[in-house]
Amino acid sequence: MTATQAPPRTAAPAEHGSFAATLRAEWTKFRTVRGWVIGLTVAALVTVLVGLLSGAGSMSSCNGHPCHFLHPVGPGGEAVTDTFYFVHRPLASHGSITARVTSLTGELPTATGSGRVRAGQGPQSGMHPGLEPWSKGGLIIKANTTQGSAYAAVLVTGDHGARMQYDYTQDIAGPPGRPAPASPRWLRLTRAGDTITGYASADGTHWTQVGIATLPGLPATVQAGMFATSPPYSVTTAQGLLGMSGTGGPTLASAALDHVSLHGTVPGAWTGTQLGAGRSDASPAMPGRYHQAGGTFTVTGSGDIAPDAPGGGGPGQTLDHTLVGALAGLIAVVVVAAMFITAEYRHGLIRTTCAASPRRGQVLAAKAIVIAAVSFAAGLAAAAVAIPLGSHVLRANGNYLYPVSLLTEVRLVAGTAAMLAVAAVLALALGAMLRRSAIAVTLVIAAIILPYLVAVTNVLPPGAGNWLMRLVPAAGFAIQQTIPNYPQVSNACAVAQGCYPLAPWAGFAVLCAWAAAALCGALLLLRRRDA
Amino acid sequence: MEATIDVQGVYKSFGPTLALDGMTFTVAPGQVTGFIGPNGAGKTTTMRVILGLDAPDEGAALVGGRSYTSLHRPLTHLGSLLDAAALQPSRTGRNHLLWLAHSQGLDAARVDAVLGQAGLDKAARRRAGGYSLGMRQRLGIAAALLGDPPVLMMDEPFNGMDPEGIVWMRGFLRSLAAAGRAVLVSSHLMSELEDTADHLVIAGRGKVLADTSVAGLLAAASGDRALLRTIDPDRAATVLEHAGASVAVAGAGLLTVTGLDTGQISALLAGQAVPFSELSAHRATLEEAYLGLTHDAVEYRAAEGVRP
Repeated sequence: MTATQAPPRTAAPAEHGSFAATLRAEWTKFRTVRGWVIGLTVAALVTVLVGLLSGAGSMSSCNGHPCHFLHPVGPGGEAVTDTFYFVHRPLASHGSITARVTSLTGELPTATGSGRVRAGQGPQSGMHPGLEPWSKGGLIIKANTTQGSAYAAVLVTGDHGARMQYDYTQDIAGPPGRPAPASPRWLRLTRAGDTITGYASADGTHWTQVGIATLPGLPATVQAGMFATSPPYSVTTAQGLLGMSGTGGPTLASAALDHVSLHGTVPGAWTGTQLGAGRSDASPAMPGRYHQAGGTFTVTGSGDIAPDAPGGGGPGQTLDHTLVGALAGLIAVVVVAAMFITAEYRHGLIRTTCAASPRRGQVLAAKAIVIAAVSFAAGLAAAAVAIPLGSHVLRANGNYLYPVSLLTEVRLVAGTAAMLAVAAVLALALGAMLRRSAIAVTLVIAAIILPYLVAVTNVLPPGAGNWLMRLVPAAGFAIQQTIPNYPQVSNACAVAQGCYPLAPWAGFAVLCAWAAAALCGALLLLRRRDA
Repeated sequence: MEATIDVQGVYKSFGPTLALDGMTFTVAPGQVTGFIGPNGAGKTTTMRVILGLDAPDEGAALVGGRSYTSLHRPLTHLGSLLDAAALQPSRTGRNHLLWLAHSQGLDAARVDAVLGQAGLDKAARRRAGGYSLGMRQRLGIAAALLGDPPVLMMDEPFNGMDPEGIVWMRGFLRSLAAAGRAVLVSSHLMSELEDTADHLVIAGRGKVLADTSVAGLLAAASGDRALLRTIDPDRAATVLEHAGASVAVAGAGLLTVTGLDTGQISALLAGQAVPFSELSAHRATLEEAYLGLTHDAVEYRAAEGVRP
């Protein structure tokens, strides 16, 4: 008999709903294997449980008693350090203050290798002259003398030149250089209602605007004057598997100012006020003082006016500590995600799948959407439970938790869920390429969990650890960072303290890029290989 | 759509092994086409090419005139059973059919219908991992029927079936063909297809050795051979060879005669007064015909191994 010689008809255009059908089939596949559904439920449960256990094991106490540190909160709702010596007079709603800084000097603790020196220990014992890079002194206008109140300051620093800073988190660079008697620095703050403008000058005649701050709701009468403060000194002396040990202690800065002039003052005299630096201060600081000789004021202070960031010396936990269990949950998610495709290879089912849906790219896309959606749902449920429960346990154990905004908390919950979802897609894609779940799971764990553990435990030097956390898929953990990296705070940014070398969304983008690359590779192989 | 499968000059090699060497045949509607050949003849590879699972190096396989991968809802065009063991063991048989149904835009009612057709209602809600080989075959058949396709293709469907199952399967395949479907069934045993197939495609070494109806194959294989028992084989041979036949000794007093039919032989021997006690036309069985065709293919493989 002869073969039918009819030429092949041109392929009909794909009808609508073909992808929707493939997607529905993959969803049916997922939900009808009990082990996979259980696996994701386990992922959610271990995320919550490990978080709770970790919280239960995190005790914080001061000499056996609960700590009673004050944690001032800034106008933006963030935890702040507001410890300095303030020489001030009342100022009306319109006015200005000008002064010339002739020097900024200070004292640093001499390293003894015996750990941190805490507030209240003998001042000046074992001190030597020196300045911290962020030691600062200058002019400040502040709502009142309560810690955490709104302010704007124009100031000189140890190593970062003149700056305008306001409301703790804002920092604008001005002219560089540290003032000295031969090269003094003129500073000026003007107030017009809620708006405060900072200026700097080398000669008191030619002024440069450094920045403008708007402080909403500033009272009619505020306090204006001079200040000095200096953040605690710390140096890492050893790195171990379970953290860093360092030495350091409080430091002092003294600013000498003359040619002080005020306009728009209301009646009152110069008053010296110490903000913070008591036993209830979370970070070490020493009491300050001021001295007036003729027209020259010498203000000496210790502490900082800055956001309170983890690792900056103050005790406290970031909210993402409630989500350490996500690491364990991630392992379960990755195993299920890899098996979602490798089980098909193992049982020969991939041929049935390809016969039912010959467009293999659509199959891979449908699988990725299903595994991402279920992982996201599991992560969302886990994070939404782990954060409030974990916070409760941490606080009950005497830990201080850095406050975060609602938006940050939402990002933490959704970001953790999204991280699990993208990691699941990465595992799926690797599973499609390698066709073996054991190898795929090992690779994903090596790419996400291993670098994270390496970074947390400080096995590598911080530089190498930070580069690792920028490049490998583990960078996605940055989505869990709750307290921003503030350049004006010289704390060690360590993964163990919930601080990542990349910004949250940038780190997440690195993870996404890895997943996308793996997905492309999987698509290429799936199309090229015989099923 | 025409209910056909069209395999047109398909070549496919896996590394140094040439699996398909210009495989060409057509499966027509309304009959069962047996696809038979020794192990390694390329039957499974051909079916994988038809399903778009393996890409041919050359040539094409068309289902109803179109390539399988261009089909929308392909299971409504071609139902297939390639590997009945390809199941997720922890998924129930019914759920296995359910995801397949969903991939074709079909619903659960269709699943229950084919479960009934394949006689698998009772085991449907049990995990497929616990199924016997026969139950897996029935589940595979249910999957093939899911889209109510005009073309069906099954690879070794009799494998692992008990005698009762084989009888059921034969009737089932015949009923599918009787309903106008094109049915392609592969097997490496002719006996399985003997009472089932209307048409045979015999494959060996990756190509078609014979593409014929069952009756045609039998006639060709039988030829005009006859068996002759005589007490005087020498004289009988002389007489018959003189008349143009070729004669071979098949045993003591037993000859095989080719080139003359039994009527001619009997007339010749009677005319020369050669005595004979038995004269019968040789009737080949399908098995013999098949073995005769595939003998070379099998020997070739055994002698030379893989083809470079």
